[in-house]
Amino acid sequence: MTAVADRLRPLTAHRLFWPALVLVVMIAANTVYRPGFLAVEVKNGHLYGTPIDILRLSAPLILVALGMTLVIATGGIDLSVGSLCAISGAIACLHISGAADQNSPATVATALALAFGAALVLGAWNGVLVAVIGIQPIIATLILMVAGRGIAQLVTEGQIITINSGPYRAIGLGHFLTLPLAILIALAAALLVAAFTRRTALGLIVESVGGNAEASRLAGIRSRRIVFLVYVISAVCAALAGFMVTANVSSADGNAAGLWIELDAILAVVIGGTSLAGGRFSLGGTVLGALIIQTLTTTVYAMNISPQTSLLFKAVVVIAVCLVQAPAFRARLRRRRRGAEPGPAAPQREKEQVPA
Amino acid sequence: MSSTSLTTGRSWRPSLPRRHVPVLATLALLLVMYGIGVSQYRAFSNVQVVFNVFIDNGFLLVVAVGMTFVILTGGIDLSVGSVVAMTAMVSASLLRDGLPAALVLVIALLIGPTLGFLMGCAIHFFEIQPFIVTLAGMFFARGMCTFISDSSISITDGFWTSMSQQRIGDPAGNFVSISVLIAFAVVLIAAYVLAYTRFGRNVYAVGGNAQSALLMGLPVARTRIAVYTISGLCSAIGGILLSFYTLSGAPLIAVGMELDVIAAVVIGGTVLTGGSGYVFGTVLGVLVLGVIQTLITFDGSLNSWWTKIVIGGLLFAFILLQRLIGIRFK
Repeated sequence: MTAVADRLRPLTAHRLFWPALVLVVMIAANTVYRPGFLAVEVKNGHLYGTPIDILRLSAPLILVALGMTLVIATGGIDLSVGSLCAISGAIACLHISGAADQNSPATVATALALAFGAALVLGAWNGVLVAVIGIQPIIATLILMVAGRGIAQLVTEGQIITINSGPYRAIGLGHFLTLPLAILIALAAALLVAAFTRRTALGLIVESVGGNAEASRLAGIRSRRIVFLVYVISAVCAALAGFMVTANVSSADGNAAGLWIELDAILAVVIGGTSLAGGRFSLGGTVLGALIIQTLTTTVYAMNISPQTSLLFKAVVVIAVCLVQAPAFRARLRRRRRGAEPGPAAPQREKEQVPA
Repeated sequence: MSSTSLTTGRSWRPSLPRRHVPVLATLALLLVMYGIGVSQYRAFSNVQVVFNVFIDNGFLLVVAVGMTFVILTGGIDLSVGSVVAMTAMVSASLLRDGLPAALVLVIALLIGPTLGFLMGCAIHFFEIQPFIVTLAGMFFARGMCTFISDSSISITDGFWTSMSQQRIGDPAGNFVSISVLIAFAVVLIAAYVLAYTRFGRNVYAVGGNAQSALLMGLPVARTRIAVYTISGLCSAIGGILLSFYTLSGAPLIAVGMELDVIAAVVIGGTVLTGGSGYVFGTVLGVLVLGVIQTLITFDGSLNSWWTKIVIGGLLFAFILLQRLIGIRFK
């Protein structure tokens, strides 16, 4: 018994073990409940099936969560991503709806460029508030979270802008090499971010800023510039997600687009094992976390439960994953398990950390 | 980052305690906005306009008071909006099932604090971020709402309708609802507890520096769990007041209310890192939000989304003010 546990230890200690286990258990439960769950078929040269749907629908969440991972790694948080989704989607759709030929690639390209520009400006605004003025991230981005919804509605003038543009729709619903284009874009973004953070020193620098911004500055890292940068990256990711969300339904709704996506994204990041305190991050975990959340949502839809009730399941998953990852909870559990045998004196208490 | 900012505000007029500046600024803003309203619209000077602000925002006020406790300890409670909705929903469904009003009231008022207590325990004992724990609480409560019913349930109970329609007023015809009186009672009790009791001191101490509070021998665990329980209780009271106001329980009511509440608390001068702020400031913050809404309603040509943009702008202005006068930020 203990031998098996010992041999499994390296596996269970891996930080992606628990999120991966949750995903596998969820997929298994789904397959038991509905044997056709994993079936994938080819229609018109495209892959169709529930797993493909989950991948396609999780694309916006993966994108937002990627940006969020970097922000959280610096010890910050970005609540404004949902509003940014709505604004970028609204701007893009507004431009396309006003164009003479909605199907022309040039129109769509201009629309995307305009929306990206707006996202860059708003991301820079967040970055300035946090990095230059030094406002607490949660409150600095809360400003744009509240005001951003208003701005999005201002752009759409309170209406839902519907468009009929093939190229734009392809962002959300198109296929490439039999796979949904959306998930390919999300994966490309994930690989790009991974390459920049893990193949260059950038990731290490981000982690060091998250660990201790002041110490990093003294070590010669331009902390403020890094913090500024991650908020801009987060805004750009959110804009891309906004395009997908609006392209999925070919319309922009300032109220509903990207609603609660910031919470899902933070959840995905936390489930993926990135600490909210900053200082370390796991991009693979984030992608896994986003997939878990989307699988959960799809499962609940498939079981004919009201979408709002899926929040109940989400709450349970959040608490379970957080408890499993919380060092305090693990220590308690370990102590109880060892309770029978007299362990070495008292279990070592972690040193109280005194903020510098 | 924080140490440098402390010295920059030294030149501020010494006669005015720096920690009072945000509250006074909110008060000034409120008076200016009210002045603008009175000068622009003839009907604005009617006393009933002020009373209506209280009637429409009574439940927001109660919830914001609870949030003030949590934010003073440096935490945050995202679950308030959902707990308000859940309380209203539970009371509506229990009343529909024919339970006596008094029993329903007790049950409804117990749910919020229980959830708050559990969240407080998770935050303190397992050292999980308040943000995440209360996010889970928010999901849970919102999920429970739709679990109870997908559509809104109207309340026809005699006690509820009488509480809803009772008007307490002066001979001139101006009136407030009972909800407003309850909200005032909550505000007064909260202000007393924070300013004059040992528990209130503990709340400020934990928010100032939890580590120091622990070393001083203050009951950090009890305080931290208590503030989330208080916030849960205030949300439950807020939910009851909301059900008095709307005479129904709807699964999607009060969505995004936590943002309004946090905005009101911040505009009221409470610092989000904890340790500084007053219940009185929170009252002013709620009034500012209420007067903005009233102004936009009076104007008629402005759309409702301007409320959000203005609130965002005000948040920015007040945070900048707190920053300029050098109140500690992380």
